[in-house]
Amino acid sequence: MIQLEGVWRTYRVGDSVVHALRHVSLAIRRGEHVAVIGPSGSGKSTLLHVLGCLDRPTAGRYTFAGREVGTLSDEERSALRQKSIGFVFQFFHLLPRLTAVGNVELPMLFAGVPAQERRQRALAALAAVGLAPRAGHRPDQLSGGECQRVAIARAAVMSPELLLADEPTGNLDRAAAAEVMELLEAMHARGLTLVVVTHDPAIAKRARRVIQMCDGEILEDSGALADEGGRRGAERPEGAPSAPSQSGVGE
Amino acid sequence: MRARDLLLFVLGALEGHRLRTALSVAGVAIGIAAVVCLTALGEGARRYVTQEFALLGSNLLIVMPGRVETSGAAPWGGVTHDLTLADYVAVSRLRGVRKTAPLCVATETVKAGERSRPVPVLGTTAEFLEVRRLVVAAGEYLPPGDPTQGGTEMVLGPKVARELFPGASPLGQVVRAGAWRFRVTGVLAPRGRSLGFDLDDVVFIPVQTAMRMFNRRSLFRILVEAQEYGAMAVTRREVLALLAQRHRAEDVTVITQDALMTAFSSILRALTLALVGIASVSLAVAGVGIMNVMLVSVSERRSEIGLLKALGARNRQVLGAFLAEAVVLAAAGGVAGILLGFAAVRLFVNIYPTFPAVPPLWAVVLALTMSVGVGALFGVWPAQRATRLDPVAALSRR
Ligand SMILES: Nc1ncnc2c1ncn2[C@@H]1O[C@H](COP(=O)(O)OP(=O)(O)OP(=O)(O)O)[C@@H](O)[C@H]1O
Ligand SMILES: [Mg+2]
Repeated sequence: MIQLEGVWRTYRVGDSVVHALRHVSLAIRRGEHVAVIGPSGSGKSTLLHVLGCLDRPTAGRYTFAGREVGTLSDEERSALRQKSIGFVFQFFHLLPRLTAVGNVELPMLFAGVPAQERRQRALAALAAVGLAPRAGHRPDQLSGGECQRVAIARAAVMSPELLLADEPTGNLDRAAAAEVMELLEAMHARGLTLVVVTHDPAIAKRARRVIQMCDGEILEDSGALADEGGRRGAERPEGAPSAPSQSGVGE
Repeated sequence: MRARDLLLFVLGALEGHRLRTALSVAGVAIGIAAVVCLTALGEGARRYVTQEFALLGSNLLIVMPGRVETSGAAPWGGVTHDLTLADYVAVSRLRGVRKTAPLCVATETVKAGERSRPVPVLGTTAEFLEVRRLVVAAGEYLPPGDPTQGGTEMVLGPKVARELFPGASPLGQVVRAGAWRFRVTGVLAPRGRSLGFDLDDVVFIPVQTAMRMFNRRSLFRILVEAQEYGAMAVTRREVLALLAQRHRAEDVTVITQDALMTAFSSILRALTLALVGIASVSLAVAGVGIMNVMLVSVSERRSEIGLLKALGARNRQVLGAFLAEAVVLAAAGGVAGILLGFAAVRLFVNIYPTFPAVPPLWAVVLALTMSVGVGALFGVWPAQRATRLDPVAALSRR
């Protein structure tokens, strides 16, 4: 579903040039669960933003579901995000003035879904993350874990194909983090492609495939596909269990 | 995105920062209230003048000697004949004429016993009372009869009566004007100022006496009331033709009440528009206020904008949302300003009940249009900034 070929993302800061991504090539198939790890500043978030069509590669090709993202207009990339991609952020990014259900309705609001259908679908999505009784609460009346579950409901409500989570548990304690990961994994189990950026080795271990980044490059990829350059790993049938995670990963 | 959803979303955002919203609404409201009040005053002045003219009678023609071009400049070359009492009599016999009164005016010192003061003296006939819609408070007005016969009757305006005969009835008393003696036959009811002329502060005497007294051979004016409003133009031509025939030259000017009124009215309307222009300055200031509030709002809500984009909101939807926010702010200010303006005008009318100050409908429509326009105009730039925001940068900042 996802194909990156020689992707660079370069920032110019004054005279110096920062390479947030250096020649990254990567393929992710429909239904995979991928964890991205690496030290701070290694380009994990940048990679996620490129995958989510929020950012464009400076160089290289990015193909999403057969369409080359670099050639799409702003409008087309917005439409792609709206229909096919869900985001979950470390800091939740809920609008404080809206209730939980109002926040979950937000993507449908801009998609022009009628009010009644919107409300129904939002309530169903909240129920799916176990927050039906909190539907009328505003973010400042919810715990961090609950906020993140609202954000997950919001990301899921448009039924995307790809869910991108940037340190979704970074602001949560263990119990809440476990709950959040269970929800994300449950969505993955229903066929969603899931990419999670994390600093937590325990969380990374739960993924079938772990990508380790350093300095804008992919250092290790436990599930790299043959057609991606053949550095490691053989082609596996889609959905087949991957090899147990490499020993160096998840420390 | 549906219009109703957009509006609710925008109202929610505005409610998020109530104080700022209220202040920028107040800014626009003051500007709009100024527009409403100033147009009400200008329009009030116009109505006031129109009312005054209506009191004079709208089918009034005014005949004056000499050919005055509309510019009021030099008279037409050639001999100008006097406008005589005989002319007046001839005009009064025309078919289209209902009532007509001659006028001969000069200022003279009038004396009653010890008291004396200079007063405008109007020489005219009994019909003047009706032509100018005056009312007698006591006694009688000038007697009807042959206008070429003089007389010693005098009618006092209420102010003159008060000042010459304080606390006493002037009826039957003797008043001197120059070398002439008159007997007071009547006092008028107060009428107030009319077109800059205080009809309470004049005295009336028979026209023939006035012409002799002031040594005039020509009348100052002949006031003609036409039979019908609709036939004004015909009557005017009749009067002109009659006098041209009598003078063997076209040497008089006939103006209609309407022409004067239209001229006044358009001057005052222009004045009103000038006032609107002045009031608009405060609207521009309010517009800058809105722009400021929206800019603050955009930079404060960077992460919200980033989020909306991440969720798939199109650029034009983001633009629309912020533009709508500015317009809603300004329109709310417009409505509040109209209410405020009406309240202020009402207060003013309570203090000066004779002044017919009413905000005209066109001003209300204009004020609303202007407020929405101000919102749209000053909201565009902040909204564009919101649109141009890079979602990655907007989301990462915390
Ligand atoms: N807008 C920007 N301008 C300049 N440099 C940037 C910008 N955004 C990111 N970078 C740089 O790109 C590199 C990768 O950043 P990125 O946010 O992807 O790292 P990360 O792996 O997500 O780090 P962390 O774990 O701390 O979130 C960093 O060196 C960062 O300084
Ligand atoms: Mg990051």
